[in-house]
Amino acid sequence: MSDTSNRELGSYDGPVREVRFREALRMGMAEEMDRDEKVFILGEEVGHYQGAYKVTEGLLERFGEKRVIDTPITESGFSGIAIGAAMVGLRPIVEYMTWNFSAVAFDQILNNAAKMRQMSGGQLHVPVVFRAPNGSAKQVGSQHSHAMEHFYAHVPGLKVVAPATCADAKGMLKTAIRDDDPVLFMESETLYNLKGLCPEDTDFTVPFGKARIAREGSDATIISWSRIVHVALEAAEELSKQGLEVQVIDLRSLRPLDEEALVASVAKTHRAVVAYEGWPYGGVGAEVVDRIQRLAFDELDAPIERVTTLDVPMPYNAKLEQLVIPQASRIVEAVKRVAYRG
Amino acid sequence: MSQSQTSHQIRTATPKPDEQLELQLGRYRAMQLIRRFEEEAARAYAQGKIGGFLHLYIGQEAIAVGTVEALRSDDYVLTTYRDHGLALARGMSARSAMAELYGKATGCSRGLGGSMHFFDVEHHMLGGYGIIGGHLPIAAGTAFASKYRGEDRVTVVFFGDGAASIGDCHEAMALAALWKLPVVFVCENNEYSMGTPLSRTLAVEDVTARAPGYGMPSDRFRVESVAQVVERISVAIERARRGEGPSLLEMRTYRFRGHSMSDPGKYRTAEEVEERKRQDPLLRLRDELASRGQTSALEGVDQSVEDEVQDALRFADESPEPDASILEATTYKGEFAR
Repeated sequence: MSDTSNRELGSYDGPVREVRFREALRMGMAEEMDRDEKVFILGEEVGHYQGAYKVTEGLLERFGEKRVIDTPITESGFSGIAIGAAMVGLRPIVEYMTWNFSAVAFDQILNNAAKMRQMSGGQLHVPVVFRAPNGSAKQVGSQHSHAMEHFYAHVPGLKVVAPATCADAKGMLKTAIRDDDPVLFMESETLYNLKGLCPEDTDFTVPFGKARIAREGSDATIISWSRIVHVALEAAEELSKQGLEVQVIDLRSLRPLDEEALVASVAKTHRAVVAYEGWPYGGVGAEVVDRIQRLAFDELDAPIERVTTLDVPMPYNAKLEQLVIPQASRIVEAVKRVAYRG
Repeated sequence: MSQSQTSHQIRTATPKPDEQLELQLGRYRAMQLIRRFEEEAARAYAQGKIGGFLHLYIGQEAIAVGTVEALRSDDYVLTTYRDHGLALARGMSARSAMAELYGKATGCSRGLGGSMHFFDVEHHMLGGYGIIGGHLPIAAGTAFASKYRGEDRVTVVFFGDGAASIGDCHEAMALAALWKLPVVFVCENNEYSMGTPLSRTLAVEDVTARAPGYGMPSDRFRVESVAQVVERISVAIERARRGEGPSLLEMRTYRFRGHSMSDPGKYRTAEEVEERKRQDPLLRLRDELASRGQTSALEGVDQSVEDEVQDALRFADESPEPDASILEATTYKGEFAR
């Protein structure tokens, strides 16, 4: 087993299968639907069409129309229905065609899913999972390229996770479905074809709030999540050729955030770059920077840098789009700056 | 709907005279409790004992009382931020309700929800909601769960005429009708969306005119009495219970107070309000019972309501504030996700 696979599987040593990211998600959902009759999935094109990105392929045939439910284009309506159903004991999985479309359901997520436990004095809770591809795809323009985790991670009452590997896709989705609070699960259109080893054990889950070390190194830390973890690994490879060994942290879970992993890594490397999709004003990356400067101020040998989506709406033009999205080359430059090599 | 179908409700069969009297006195008590509870809440608000917003239901009580009478105790009810009346009608204690208004730990939502967010899971009162229309999909969701489980539980959800134009109102009705969910949508049309009259908010003032577009039956009437509400809504409730899907009801009513405590109500004339007060279903029922020789029974009811409300005020006053330790514990289950 390669070093990379080891890092993706953690301490798991049971049977594995090579799958694509979308299939890992499907395995996670199907296993939980087998395990718990209360779990069902609803969203646009999830049934007869087999999923806009084929994540739910075959689930309708396997679980029937009662549990794999095609919805009209009514994000706010079906999000609210899922929340209401969860309040009285069901465990819905909502698939948005993309997280971009959750913007019209923002009120349901913000005011009902996130607040129900508190405003009912703890009488009600909302065990719902919202999942969809997030961030940029390929030339889909300004309205279809949002990194929505930054909006949602701000909200107490919500949990937000964004896996980068097939094993985490399955393990974290199962954890999300079993969670008693609302979980927002961020996927990526450009990760769906990613191949990786995935545990076959139906009890395999990955806890929230624990980051993963995607690559070892001691000269600097790159902190990332979701698709950009792979870009960060590419950057790390290039930096290695230039004589810098970086540790790549895959956060996986954005809320809760693994402070211990951040502090431990910075205590070792003393330099950090946070790389992710999303605009530079505020957001999860800024939160990560705040935690590090607060909890590990004395460990830092350089200001923390961020490599983000540029501060403009996403352009359609292919070259401009690549300019706006974080690239390995930008991460390489940022790491060299924090390492004062350059 | 009510014109073409007969009610399947046993309770709408005419009771014997004694039972009829008991029933009517019970309805009077339920309405009087809401009325007096809210009058005292308004007084406590003026004294600074209640903060934030306080939206009074005074004038609309017959709707909550009639609906609850027509429902089974395990059915779900949800409503807007004008939620005290439904909660009390559903069986929430006046103590628990008043303590919530006072922000006390003994309140129905442990002092965290306030006036707009009354919840009482024991009585299946699944909330008062502060975002206009946002709770309609939630109600479709609780109805969805009943259908998913194969139960014959019904959900009734209330909204105001001001919610009729917002997107969630449409989406909830479209989905509930498409999936034949056991939910009854009740528009409590009190003629004003805060300070704006119907004539300036709806091109078609008849909200039920939309029902055919969703493929839903509807019913529309001016609320005169609890008995009338019971009879009319029972048709929709039993339809939902039989698995035949949702209905849209518009109950035309009137609130005697402002939109909230900060609203002096200058957008309507004193004459208009006085005219509507003469049609108050609570006063009409009181007059009817008095004319049937029930004056002393009414006085007994009034006294017991008074005692209950005064007890609730004392209880709320003397109850402890919630401790800060409740905050994180009611945000996430288990370890806080920070």
